[in-house]
Amino acid sequence: MKSVRNHLSLVIALFSILFSLQVFIVVDRSISAYKENLAHSYSIIIVSQKRLDNETILGMNKMISTVSELTPDKIIQKLNDGMESKNVELLKLTLPKFYKLNLSHYPAPSEIKKLTKSLLENTSVIKVEDFSSSHDTTYKLLLLFKNVIFVFSIVIFSVTTLLIFKELRIWQFKHSERMSIMALFGAPIWLRSAVLFRLAIVDALISSLLAFIVFEYISSNVWILEQFTTIGISVILFDPVDDGLKLLGVAMALSIILASLIVLGHKEEV
Amino acid sequence: MDKVILARDLSLSYSNNETIINQANFSINSGSFIFITGASGSGKSTLLKSLYGALKPKQGSLIVGGVELKGVSSTKLNFLRRHIGIVFQDYKLVKEWNIEKNIMLPLIINGYEKNITKNQVDSLLKHVRLKHQSGKYPLELSGGEQQRVAMARALAHNPIMILADEPTGNLDDYSSQLIWNLLEGANTQLKTTVIVVTHHIPETMNIEYKHFHIEYGNIHEVS
Repeated sequence: MKSVRNHLSLVIALFSILFSLQVFIVVDRSISAYKENLAHSYSIIIVSQKRLDNETILGMNKMISTVSELTPDKIIQKLNDGMESKNVELLKLTLPKFYKLNLSHYPAPSEIKKLTKSLLENTSVIKVEDFSSSHDTTYKLLLLFKNVIFVFSIVIFSVTTLLIFKELRIWQFKHSERMSIMALFGAPIWLRSAVLFRLAIVDALISSLLAFIVFEYISSNVWILEQFTTIGISVILFDPVDDGLKLLGVAMALSIILASLIVLGHKEEV
Repeated sequence: MDKVILARDLSLSYSNNETIINQANFSINSGSFIFITGASGSGKSTLLKSLYGALKPKQGSLIVGGVELKGVSSTKLNFLRRHIGIVFQDYKLVKEWNIEKNIMLPLIINGYEKNITKNQVDSLLKHVRLKHQSGKYPLELSGGEQQRVAMARALAHNPIMILADEPTGNLDDYSSQLIWNLLEGANTQLKTTVIVVTHHIPETMNIEYKHFHIEYGNIHEVS
């Protein structure tokens, strides 16, 4: 029972760090996926005095991924009643050209400003409609959500780091007597600290396994998957190989740093 | 006879700089039995600590088992300590290990094979009359029994020298006698150098020994 309690304190602290890390990874992935969705549906309209070919428009800014010309035929059809076909053709020729531009990614407000500027540099372009007011609202919401999660992760990380340092002091006290006795009989430093490193590695394995089980469950939970479907994104919540190894690596690194700090901080009794 | 310890102008002090041992000169032959006596606070335990390198010489030279302890590296110090057995007044047993594992400690450190370790521990447990308690933990034993475990641990790896700091200080007569017998046995049968810090030299000693007395930081040999 005592041994389980000894392990539990570090396992809980490590698990909290792994949990907040994976939540941050998932949120980051979700935001990227959401931005990609927005990038597909978001477009900019430009109005040009004369016809521009696709290459010219694509060359105006690297962010532009596709260009399609908007035909004025439907509007002209509405005005068509009683007009002579010669006049219709003349109207077609005098009307400005409209182009819809799709972008490679969902832009930041500053990127939109730059893009607008570069488009207007072409003397033929007389108007750029970037729908900036609705774009800004969506972008700021995304940014707010990401920042809230980031702050939340930092808070959890700080609290658990404090917990780990408290645990470090307990371990230092608990292991220093045994390490001193071993030193008195000539044990080299690696042998003196072997128990400590073994404990640290076991705790890292337990906390990673715990995180693995929890996120495997979450990633297959129907209710959670439905929430993501509702907001129209599809992301990998937990990759057993990539994310599993990442979590194991973080847990191992943290617990080995902890054990190393204890070994370095150990002073032999005189 | 080989000199296992050689001190020249040896001065010892703790961090407060108060000199505990002042320019001592002495030597100890291999295989001898030494008692170090003195009043409380005279520096007996300090001298013993310096012999296993827990306190480095402030001045002068101290050579133990061929190793100069002034400015000794941790590798050399570990090497020396692997050939010394130490018995402390407060036993210094690892509380979370059972007594078998505690006795095994110097054998593990010296890289003995598992079957040799097991046989050696069994034999030592018989010697210290604790075979029936082998699975117990230090805190489940009496003070006398714990000191017998510490004695077995000091003997386990057949050291060249045993250093004992008031080994019978708080013990009952039975355990005290057993400890003295074991120290005598190690000295006479295995030719191990034994250095004991104590307040009183037991009257029952049946072997030849040397006696050093410490007073006001000076070490004198008592004839």
